[in-house]
Amino acid sequence: MQLLLESLFNGVAIGSVLLVAALGLAIVFGLMGVINLAHGELMMLGAYSTYIIQLIFKQVSFLKPFYDSYVIVAIGIAFLVSGTVGIFLERTVIRRLYGSPLETLLATWGVSLILQQFVRSVPLAYASGLVVALFFGLLSPLFISDDLLSGPKGKLIRACTWGFSALLGVATGGILSSLVSKLSRASARNVDVTAPSWMRGGIDFVGITFPKTRLLIILITVISVLVVIFFLDKTAWGMRIRAVTQNRPMSDCLGISTETVDIITFGIGSGLAGVAGVAVSLLGSVGPNVGGNYIVGCFMVVVLGGVGNLLGTILASFSIGIMTDLIGAGRLLTIWPDMPSPLASIIDFFATTSMARVMIFALIVIFLQFRPTGMFPQKGRMVES
Amino acid sequence: MKLSKRIFAGLATASLAVTVTACGGSDSSGNFDDTVTVGILHSLSGTMAISESTLVDTEKMAIEEINAAGGVTVDGKSYKIEYIVEDGASDWPTFAEKSKKLIDQDGVPVVFGGWTSASRKAMLPVYESKDAFLYYPIQYEAQECSNNIFYTGATPNQQSEPATDFMYKRSPAAGGDFFLVGSDYVFPRTSNTITKAQVKQLGGKVVGEDYLPLGNTEVAPIISKIKVALPDGGIIVNTLNGDQNVAFFKQIQDAGITPSNGYYVMNYSIAEEEISTIGPEFLEGHYGAWNYMMSIDTPASKKFAKSFKKRWGSDRVVADPQESAYNMVYLWKQAVEDAGTFDDNAVREALVGQTFDAPQGPVEVMANHHLSQTVRIGEINAEGGFTILEETGVVEPQAWNQKHPSSKGYACDWTDPKKGEKYRM
Repeated sequence: MQLLLESLFNGVAIGSVLLVAALGLAIVFGLMGVINLAHGELMMLGAYSTYIIQLIFKQVSFLKPFYDSYVIVAIGIAFLVSGTVGIFLERTVIRRLYGSPLETLLATWGVSLILQQFVRSVPLAYASGLVVALFFGLLSPLFISDDLLSGPKGKLIRACTWGFSALLGVATGGILSSLVSKLSRASARNVDVTAPSWMRGGIDFVGITFPKTRLLIILITVISVLVVIFFLDKTAWGMRIRAVTQNRPMSDCLGISTETVDIITFGIGSGLAGVAGVAVSLLGSVGPNVGGNYIVGCFMVVVLGGVGNLLGTILASFSIGIMTDLIGAGRLLTIWPDMPSPLASIIDFFATTSMARVMIFALIVIFLQFRPTGMFPQKGRMVES
Repeated sequence: MKLSKRIFAGLATASLAVTVTACGGSDSSGNFDDTVTVGILHSLSGTMAISESTLVDTEKMAIEEINAAGGVTVDGKSYKIEYIVEDGASDWPTFAEKSKKLIDQDGVPVVFGGWTSASRKAMLPVYESKDAFLYYPIQYEAQECSNNIFYTGATPNQQSEPATDFMYKRSPAAGGDFFLVGSDYVFPRTSNTITKAQVKQLGGKVVGEDYLPLGNTEVAPIISKIKVALPDGGIIVNTLNGDQNVAFFKQIQDAGITPSNGYYVMNYSIAEEEISTIGPEFLEGHYGAWNYMMSIDTPASKKFAKSFKKRWGSDRVVADPQESAYNMVYLWKQAVEDAGTFDDNAVREALVGQTFDAPQGPVEVMANHHLSQTVRIGEINAEGGFTILEETGVVEPQAWNQKHPSSKGYACDWTDPKKGEKYRM
């Protein structure tokens, strides 16, 4: 019983990392149909945001007393950072490539390489400055009335807002690099996020140690999923997103600004990648390649769950998580000790991390042979189009 | 206007004068008869760049030191060493390609290079077919003995074997069961095969082993296995690579696999550089085994660390791979001077038997093109260094490991034409 519980917890823990990483992709790839290979790099930006926030909380005197809560701040900031970069990416690259998946795939792969090299060769302080500039540059048109923007001086006003944002960005970069010396130099070296003391160690319960970071990641995942479901099902914008997903030309005819919907959807999907970055940074080190390690797993989860179906994504990630633990840790042998020997030796053979991966991929391939559209295939008009 | 022009003219003259003296200075201090160009081939970009660039820095420093002391003297003529640095780009075929370029186009007499076993395996056929010479500075899995490669890092019997012995006999977990964790590639797998044979000889038990695919950081299944296999603590032998260590140590600490609960990890890939990346708070109380540790308290070791910091910055550290890289440049210089020529075959002959007073203590080149070296076991301390617990005498290298089932009873001797790469002892 205890063993089953521990196995279940481990499975859920692995699954929730997969789920939080794949959630953004489920929206971007699932709902919008954009194959975004830079999704992992948006996660990486979230992980680096956590690192920067941690350093700021460590260095700035009036924030020091709140050091223990930096992770919570980092979640919000990471969402904004990745969301901003995601929207910028959508506006500049992906928007021009809607409807041509192969070109999107190549372009986003290129973007992912650019982002990786970017964090290697640009000091993090100035990288943050750039994100701040982008954030305000993209945000400011929302606060200026449309009349002014489309009026005769519209271009000038836009240029002014960008100039102002650029100034803010330079200021941010300058302040950060003078405050935190570690951020003022570019480095290809991986950095480390240290969890605050209340998150270190584990909670002992019924003879099992539950690591606190894992519990926090499960919590982050649950909250993210609930927020996304609430947003998509209960809010007006969520309804518009679903409408555009189901039938783009008809939604356009009914007066939904599909362009705005695209921006919002992509922004939220990217922002969720940032949140996943926070979670991932708590588990391992933060480096330029951190996101790339997750991208295959993310696509696997979304495809297995059924493209465009959140419930499928959730189920798929948890079942992959539980399978990973069951096969990889050789649980079946512990649960059923007197297994007949040929079966036992097969299970023993697959009870390593590498072989478990092979086994899981094989099982997914077999599953997709019978259900090519995943666990919960999308029904409706979009499928035919 | 006139004044500023004059000032400018004055400045220009002054700077010109400085340049001239500077040039004259280097000429007069050097007084070399000729120059010799060597090749340096490490990854300067890609995933391995972080580690390998430290070797480039060390090799440059060694060359600068040799030049400052009068260069290489061959046949009564003094040569200034110059170098060409090539980038292997963390891509193994590139290492082979750049090796060809250095040998054929640049005509270098020697190449210092490589880090990963994969890069060495890619370069090996190039050096053998062209009968050129590669100096390789990393502790590795051995089971290889090329006439054209000279290995200055430790072989398993100079690192993992004394370490296993220490863990089983004298560590706080002495007599405990072993669990082996590694990244999924050749070094951890070979090293663990040797460890398993050795533990069996010692009368101990290996209760589990697992390999993490390179790049994967999900260690939860491994932790479950460790907890099932070692419920009350024991010895964990860790050969994980680079950043996977961060994930591993962060997560085992959360899961309660710590020295205070009776779990002790012996690491073969964590040196001072890695400790500072992972964070000493995760590693304190665990162990490492190396030939060189920065905390060695001898004048030679201190001088090495001090000159490295002076040359490259006070925040830099030196570690075992760098020390090997440093030694190999000096050993090459000595061999060339003894041979009286830069010719490969003469240098190869002169190389065997060379001794050098290295930062780790005396080392000697053996007939199998490896070094005899001292092995040290250290406990990782809160300051991010090693507290040295014990050191062996000088250990002779085994190119063919005597505990590995496939190479037991074999050895390598390049000084005797009848023996060569692999002969039965």
